Amino acid sequence: MSGASSRLSGPPLLSVRRLTKHFPVRGGIFKRTHGVVQAVDAVSFDVQPGETLGIVGESGCGKSTTARLLMRLTEPDSGEVMFDGEQIGGRGGPSLRTLRRNIQMVFQDSYASLNPRLPVGMSVAYGPFAHGLRRAEALDRAATLLEAVGLEPALYADRYPHELSGGQRQRVNVARALAIEPRVVILDEAVSALDKSVAAQVLNLLVELKERFRLTYLFISHDLGVVRYLSDRVLVMYLGKVVEVGPVAEVWEHPRHPYTRALLAAMPTMDPSRRTTEALLTGDPPNPINPPSGCRFRTRCRFAEDVCARHEPPLQSSADLRDHAIACHMVHAGTGHSLAGTSGPA
Amino acid sequence: MVSTSSETLLTLPTPDAALTRARHGRGYWKNVWRRLAEDRITIAVMLVLIAIILSAVLAPYLTPHDPMKTSVFARLKPIGTAGHWLGTDEIGRDLWARMVYGGRLSLLCGVLPVALALVVGGTLGVVAGYAGGVVNSAIMRSIDVLYAFPSILLAIAICGILGSGIRNTILALSVTFIPPLVRISEAVTTQVRSLDFVEAARASGSGTALLLRYHVLNNVLGPILVYATSLISISIILASGLSFLGLGVSPPNPEWGLMLNNLRPAIWVNPVVAALPGVMIFLTSMCFNLTSDGIRQAMDVRL
Amino acid sequence: MLAYTLRRLLYGVPILLGVSVIVFALIQFAPGDAASLLIPPEAPKEVVDQVRAKLGLDKPVYVQYVLWLGRLVRGDLGVSIVTNMPVASELSNALGNTLMLAIPAALLGFTLGVGLGALAAFHRGTVLDRLFSATAIAGVSLPHYWVGIVLVAMFAVVFNALPAQGMGAPGFPRTWAQIRHLILPVITLSLIPMGVVSRLVRANVLEILSHEFVGSLRAKGLFRRRVLRHIMKNAAPSALALMGLQFGYLLAGSILVETVFNWPGSGGLLNLAIFRRDIPVLSGTIVTIAAIFVVINIAVDVLQALIDPRIRR
Ligand SMILES: Nc1ncnc2c1ncn2[C@@H]1O[C@H](COP(=O)(O)OP(=O)(O)O)[C@@H](O)[C@H]1O
Ligand code: SF4
Ligand SMILES: [Mg+2]
Repeated sequence: MSGASSRLSGPPLLSVRRLTKHFPVRGGIFKRTHGVVQAVDAVSFDVQPGETLGIVGESGCGKSTTARLLMRLTEPDSGEVMFDGEQIGGRGGPSLRTLRRNIQMVFQDSYASLNPRLPVGMSVAYGPFAHGLRRAEALDRAATLLEAVGLEPALYADRYPHELSGGQRQRVNVARALAIEPRVVILDEAVSALDKSVAAQVLNLLVELKERFRLTYLFISHDLGVVRYLSDRVLVMYLGKVVEVGPVAEVWEHPRHPYTRALLAAMPTMDPSRRTTEALLTGDPPNPINPPSGCRFRTRCRFAEDVCARHEPPLQSSADLRDHAIACHMVHAGTGHSLAGTSGPA
Repeated sequence: MVSTSSETLLTLPTPDAALTRARHGRGYWKNVWRRLAEDRITIAVMLVLIAIILSAVLAPYLTPHDPMKTSVFARLKPIGTAGHWLGTDEIGRDLWARMVYGGRLSLLCGVLPVALALVVGGTLGVVAGYAGGVVNSAIMRSIDVLYAFPSILLAIAICGILGSGIRNTILALSVTFIPPLVRISEAVTTQVRSLDFVEAARASGSGTALLLRYHVLNNVLGPILVYATSLISISIILASGLSFLGLGVSPPNPEWGLMLNNLRPAIWVNPVVAALPGVMIFLTSMCFNLTSDGIRQAMDVRL
Repeated sequence: MLAYTLRRLLYGVPILLGVSVIVFALIQFAPGDAASLLIPPEAPKEVVDQVRAKLGLDKPVYVQYVLWLGRLVRGDLGVSIVTNMPVASELSNALGNTLMLAIPAALLGFTLGVGLGALAAFHRGTVLDRLFSATAIAGVSLPHYWVGIVLVAMFAVVFNALPAQGMGAPGFPRTWAQIRHLILPVITLSLIPMGVVSRLVRANVLEILSHEFVGSLRAKGLFRRRVLRHIMKNAAPSALALMGLQFGYLLAGSILVETVFNWPGSGGLLNLAIFRRDIPVLSGTIVTIAAIFVVINIAVDVLQALIDPRIRR
């Protein structure tokens, strides 16, 4: 993971610019649109080839929506996604089909993401089959992949999802995602529903597969410990916005955004020296339908000032490390915040 | 499909694979079949149903009488009359012959409209459910209009205005059963469509046709079919009702509902004979009902 | 609440329009047009054209529809081609007679249905319950008009205890002689809602009884009053909704029952119109019953929302 920073200089594999999705909320006599949930709002980030980008944030902050937008399972309102330097769906750019060949996804619910009426081997074979492989070839591919995820094809290919354990099913889902040889795999809470020990096995498998198939991961989780273990870089989201992004070690050692600091402080840790006195996050996230003006975190932020309500803080690189970007008035100099440029009281 | 996976690069001894299949590869349908086989009542009812269907198909072998042949001398003979063990009707036709022959049109009117409505309504419902959005609204709101007619009224409206006869009866009943089938198909499809595995299949870049075939249809067809079978018994009752009103099958063809109508005045002379065709309607309809219930339980479908 | 009521009412408008379109389309597809039913086939062409023009049949279909709809909205359902009477007046008499059957039948069916369903639920798993289930299955498989025939065979023919046909002296039943005519058709008609209502009530009551706190109430011996009240409150909305629907089916289903009993109601009228191919009477009756059905549904929705505010979204 030390090599992560050296990769950052090259062209990104996946590049997301101002991606936005607002869901209308309807009600009233004529089912008029009452408001919008700003699920994902002007989100930008890059993913380098071969890295693992962790995405963290409280439930409902827009992680899954971001993933679904990347896969075009949900149509974005605006913004663009570039894959390998080319814009998806744009003129002359790669088609949706090409995108979906290159990006695959593993969902949280291992049972719901497998067709209960198909033997799991068939579920894995379906992708290649849909991409034009003959049935027998597709099933061959499925067998290879089941083996790759540690499930003996002879024993498991003909079984139905309900005959497998949660861990085994999630392995099948990983095999299914890998079956059409994608370059990027989005893991949306892929191990969150599993028992600790089973989750650990699946995580190790993911690390192994990444090396073997030269994959790039987007690892979405609300479990910070797991993200730390697996990721090279981490992206923190709050109410549909990116608030901080940077190398995982850097963010863990020197979290800059008050939200990130609160998140990390709330994490159970074995190391007493790391136990901070920083106030834990209190209260629930505000209503996503009408997020606060300016900085969306200000209703829960200890350092909120007038400027935070007036202006939305842009996501800017920190003064000392280009890779580390933060969206907070307090962090950057000359914003009008009384603690501007100090990154707050230690 | 199963055999090919064992011919792969991972060379495996075939008997082994066969053994695993036997042990683990029991699919959903095998489970359903096993549960059904253990349900004695349903099996018994299905046997009765088969007997009724066979008696209609094999009618000519079950009676020497022509169901249309009238006789002025043998009118309204009671049950147990020599040569006419179930008696005769108001114009001297053999009642047993008319009962078994009558099954043909009655069963046809029970099954065919439901089958037609299943094709039309099922397709519309699955399309509405899968497409969502405007397509869904357009289809479902149109169906709401048909729902404004109580089912028997819709059937009567169509037959009454377009004229009686078997063709219009089947048309009327098919139209009557389209709305409920659209609703149920739309509901199950909408449910299945939002499941992760359909999303995952969509994400794998699959075309819509393939996706519908492998991931949607095999999950929605079961519940839709079960629901359709439960409509057959209603169809039989409605069809007999139309004939009873003089809207269905035209005389002198034998059909249970029409026989009830024709025999109605005979109630004053021979009440038992007059009630007989109703017994057949009741029996057949109940058998379809119970069979449908049994299959639903075996398939563990909740509607 | 007002908003919900308004929305429901507004939603009824396109439905009613749709109903009118369907019936109008059916009339268009009917074999032979209104003119050919009025004039003898050997009439000269000028006469035919004249009659067609008088009936508006020479205008384009959509104009005919709009004119027809306009008359419909004003309550003009046309004139019977057999009796030359306005359909509206024939129908209103007939509907009155139908309600005379339908309302007592609905009350009877609903009361018995609720009673039997609750009884079965309270005695779940016993012989009583199983008997109930068997009867219910048999009930939904029975052509109810046939039950009417059987009842006539039993009570009118074999025992000669009740009248089999007609309503006796016309008008609101006051005398025992008139009420006697009601008994068999009302019982027959009440079978339509009874089976369905009792099944629903049984399922609802079972569900409520399975809630833990009801169990503890029962354990405390606080059974009857409070549990019953609780059940009534929870089971009422869905039973009510079902009853609304069933009342519509009952109106439509009365066509068959009225035929069995020669009852001069809307069903009898419809049956006669079918027999005489009297299209104006036929279409007028059908449109009216469908419209009543739509209105009942709206009323039930609104009532349901009154009882259970969660329903107004
Ligand atoms: N299809 C949808 N329709 C309406 N709102 C949605 C939809 N999907 C997600 N949302 C809303 O968008 C917000 C972000 O959801 P999500 O991306 O699932 O969050 P996360 O995965 O971080 O928990 C939530 O407030 C959620 O309610
Ligand atoms: S911008 Fe203001 S409110 Fe937002 S995190 Fe920074 S200090 Fe807190
Ligand atoms: Mg999520």
